[in-house]
Amino acid sequence: MNYLTLIMAIPLFGAGFIATLPQTKSLLAKQLALATTLIAAVATILMTIKFERSNTALQFIESYDWIKAFGIKYAVGVDGIALVLILMTALLAPIVVLAGWNESEGGRWSTKTFYILILILQTMSFGVFAATDVFLFYVFFEAMLVPVYFLIGGYGSGERSAAAVKFLLYSLFGGLLMLASIIALYVISGEQGGHTFNIAALSELEMSSTTQNLLFLGFFIAFAIKAPLFPFHTWLPDAAKSATPGTSVLLLGVLDKVGTFGMIRYCLALFPEATKTFTPLIITLSLISIVYGAFLAIGAKDIKRLIAYTSISHFGFITLGIFAMTTQGHSGATLYMFNHGFSTAALFLVAGWMISRRGSSTIADFGGLQRVTPIMAWTFFIAGLSSLALPGLSSFVSEFLVLVGTFTRYPVAAVIATFGIVLAALYILIPVQRALHGPTTPGNENLADLNLREKVAIAPVIAVIVLLGFYPAPALNIINPAAAHVITQMGFIDPAPTHGGK
Amino acid sequence: MSEFISPVLSYSLLSPILVVFAGAIVGVLIEAFASKSIRPIAQISVAIGTLVLSLVQVWRIRNSGSTTAAMGSVIIDGPGVLLQASILIIAILAVFLIADTENFAAAAAAIPGSPEERESIARGQQVTEVFPLTLFAVAGMLLFPVASDLITLFVALEVLSLPLYLMAGLSRRRRLLSQESALKYFLLGAFSSAFFLFGAAYLYGYSGSVSFDGIRNAVIGGTGNDVFLLIGIAFLSIGLLFKVGAVPFHAWSPDVYQGAPTPVTAFMAAATKVAAFGAMLRIYYTSFANAEWSWRPLLVGIAIITMVFGSLVAIAQRDVKRMLAYSSIAHAGFLLTGVIALNKAGLDASIYYLFAYGVATVGAFAVVTLVRDSAGEVTDLNRWAGLGKRSPWVATSFATFLLAFAGIPLTSGFIGKFSIFSAAYESGSTAVVIAGVLSSAIAAFFYIRVIVLMFFSDPLEDATSVVIPSALTRITVLFSVAITIFLGVFPSPLLDFISNIAIFIR
Repeated sequence: MNYLTLIMAIPLFGAGFIATLPQTKSLLAKQLALATTLIAAVATILMTIKFERSNTALQFIESYDWIKAFGIKYAVGVDGIALVLILMTALLAPIVVLAGWNESEGGRWSTKTFYILILILQTMSFGVFAATDVFLFYVFFEAMLVPVYFLIGGYGSGERSAAAVKFLLYSLFGGLLMLASIIALYVISGEQGGHTFNIAALSELEMSSTTQNLLFLGFFIAFAIKAPLFPFHTWLPDAAKSATPGTSVLLLGVLDKVGTFGMIRYCLALFPEATKTFTPLIITLSLISIVYGAFLAIGAKDIKRLIAYTSISHFGFITLGIFAMTTQGHSGATLYMFNHGFSTAALFLVAGWMISRRGSSTIADFGGLQRVTPIMAWTFFIAGLSSLALPGLSSFVSEFLVLVGTFTRYPVAAVIATFGIVLAALYILIPVQRALHGPTTPGNENLADLNLREKVAIAPVIAVIVLLGFYPAPALNIINPAAAHVITQMGFIDPAPTHGGK
Repeated sequence: MSEFISPVLSYSLLSPILVVFAGAIVGVLIEAFASKSIRPIAQISVAIGTLVLSLVQVWRIRNSGSTTAAMGSVIIDGPGVLLQASILIIAILAVFLIADTENFAAAAAAIPGSPEERESIARGQQVTEVFPLTLFAVAGMLLFPVASDLITLFVALEVLSLPLYLMAGLSRRRRLLSQESALKYFLLGAFSSAFFLFGAAYLYGYSGSVSFDGIRNAVIGGTGNDVFLLIGIAFLSIGLLFKVGAVPFHAWSPDVYQGAPTPVTAFMAAATKVAAFGAMLRIYYTSFANAEWSWRPLLVGIAIITMVFGSLVAIAQRDVKRMLAYSSIAHAGFLLTGVIALNKAGLDASIYYLFAYGVATVGAFAVVTLVRDSAGEVTDLNRWAGLGKRSPWVATSFATFLLAFAGIPLTSGFIGKFSIFSAAYESGSTAVVIAGVLSSAIAAFFYIRVIVLMFFSDPLEDATSVVIPSALTRITVLFSVAITIFLGVFPSPLLDFISNIAIFIR
């Protein structure tokens, strides 16, 4: 069964259905969107069950000619890494729809349009993780900017159009650099046995080291902008602040993962030599991201910007794990991507509810919420603890794996990164203290606590965070073989631990 | 005294061109003899009928290559047929727009603001000579990319240019601007024709022949005087680069685009570009191919300047027609990379790009004709603010064309850009590709700014209104949107078709 095409088709069909509704039926549009995302989630879960964990080859492969003249195929397939990211996308989508039930109402356009955009975005997110043809990947990579752009600019708040434009221009610039690299790959493949965009075939091309380095940079800068890595991160806080909470979850939780996923799938696989050349530079940038993002977060006064800055720090960890070139590092980075999706979702969704109740996103405007709205305060607290990687919550496992994986090869980098954890405690606990504890700030006495819909939306997120914190094996069993496979393909051998192990 | 040899013409192969000439002459006769009441409808029917008939003829001869269609002056081959078909499709779409005579002066010859003009407006006169003029221009355009000697090429150039000079001056509103643009176009066009002729003379001096094949043989033989060849190529190129609006020969295009009636601008921007690039491709790919050392470096420079200049200056534009003019300059630069590529992939890509770009351009100008207030079309971009709110479909169509111009995936523009850049890269012109990619990034900025304006800005007080499009205009917009998206998602049929038949024969 063509699972991948199926899960990509479901949201598209849903969007088509919603498009036929009259403008006034906004409730029906919401219900249809929720139903569609739930069906897609169920299909994805079924696919995950069918997935053979020990098999490191790509699975659920489909391949059809698309543009024969250029050797472009509609080719999809997943390994463990892509699968968990698709699963994450599929699980987050219904949560976002349910949690942000009313967030389309402040928009320039109808509710209907909002959900059409969300569903199209979901299809494209599936496609970008599933594509095994570089051209197809690029098409999804660029085309998904359009719905996000309209989601931010049309339904966001504050300086929404400026933020949307900034987001789009940054991404387009990176995308065009990548396009130049893709064109070069296409031409080189033509010289060496026929035009193709198949990743496996492209990874066997002979290239001079200068060519490899330049092409690597074309891809890497595009992904670093997307991820975002210091110094390409400046678009993210604006976009996250202006977007609706649901859009922010999709933006940081799903879209930005395309950057780190792309590093594994494309930078490492296509340009192994160049990867080795640039690793020291990238590890340095990752460390700067970790520490700098954390400091920005500590200084943040706005709750949405705070979450965006913490993400910059987290993406530093993910990139560090990827470029440490160890199995633990890769497993940790992939698990980190999955977990970050959920902990950021929890933070953004609860923050979104707090902001919509209070009418302000400044941290100082909150205070003593624990007395007024205990459930909301506690969920925010748990989400925060997950973000700072408290043992027992899911992020801890991945952060630990990244640090262990980095330490075996780059001990100094691992030590510096550990400071990020200390800083994380600061940037989470300070706002938690200001917003949740202490005396209730005047004006907050009558805030309502979470309603049933909100509780239902947030419960699965918290459940995933806690479950994977205690028992990460289900996720790791899928990820590990794929991560080990990437490392072997690159020609790396995990360094033996220097002490113990007997 | 030698005996007169009567020319042998293959009427069958020339029929696309001849049909249009005949249609144009019928149009002139209608203008002269038909009564005023039936004139508009008769002219529209004749124009559309002629163009469709010609398109059918093109389809019929698509596989019959011949160098002897007109005593060696015309070559019918794959690229020629494809370009002719593109020109005809674009022309049909443009005639649909021209049919909305609201845009045209009642009496074009009257001095702006004169009593004659007021009188002609009061009498509700309608201009209909624009249709035969269009057909004459189309005939010239059809001949331009299939001409195979310099004399025929020059005749075709003049046949396509002269009607365009007149048509640029026909605008109903802002008569002075329109007439100024017509005069400017005419004067600069005349200069460039002179350059063209000068270059042709030198090429004749170099090779002793005006036919493309003769020039090619002389280049391969390499016995001629290279200085003559260089001067000849340089001046001939100036004439052609002027027509496509490449920097530094672009100065006319913003003014003319702005001043001409919008349907004429649509026609001119799209169809002239196809014809001129068609001729350029033929002459550079055949006659000058073996002298690439002499023109390629220069053309690389011009392409880079054109892309970067067009993209940068477009950012500063406040008028939608001027913005599209600079965008078309930037696209001329992208298209030049196809000429520079000098390989089969470059030829295929250029033909694809020309068609995709031409259709999107006609569509974009069609939308411009729809945005009006009481005083006619509104081209000030500020007053397009909030268009997405009031007329979502019109704004969405325009956004689609802009995204195609910007080369966003799933639009025809992306496939065009990809194919043309990869062809240029394949030929080793890395610099052009990098400049092209960077100027695409710059260009994206102003395309997106218009989208922001339409969708994310609130409408101004003195709201502009969008007229209900006439059925013909609606067809043009819808067809252009459909083609733009279809060619972005399923480009294969057209790409394969082009690559199978686009081979220059000599």
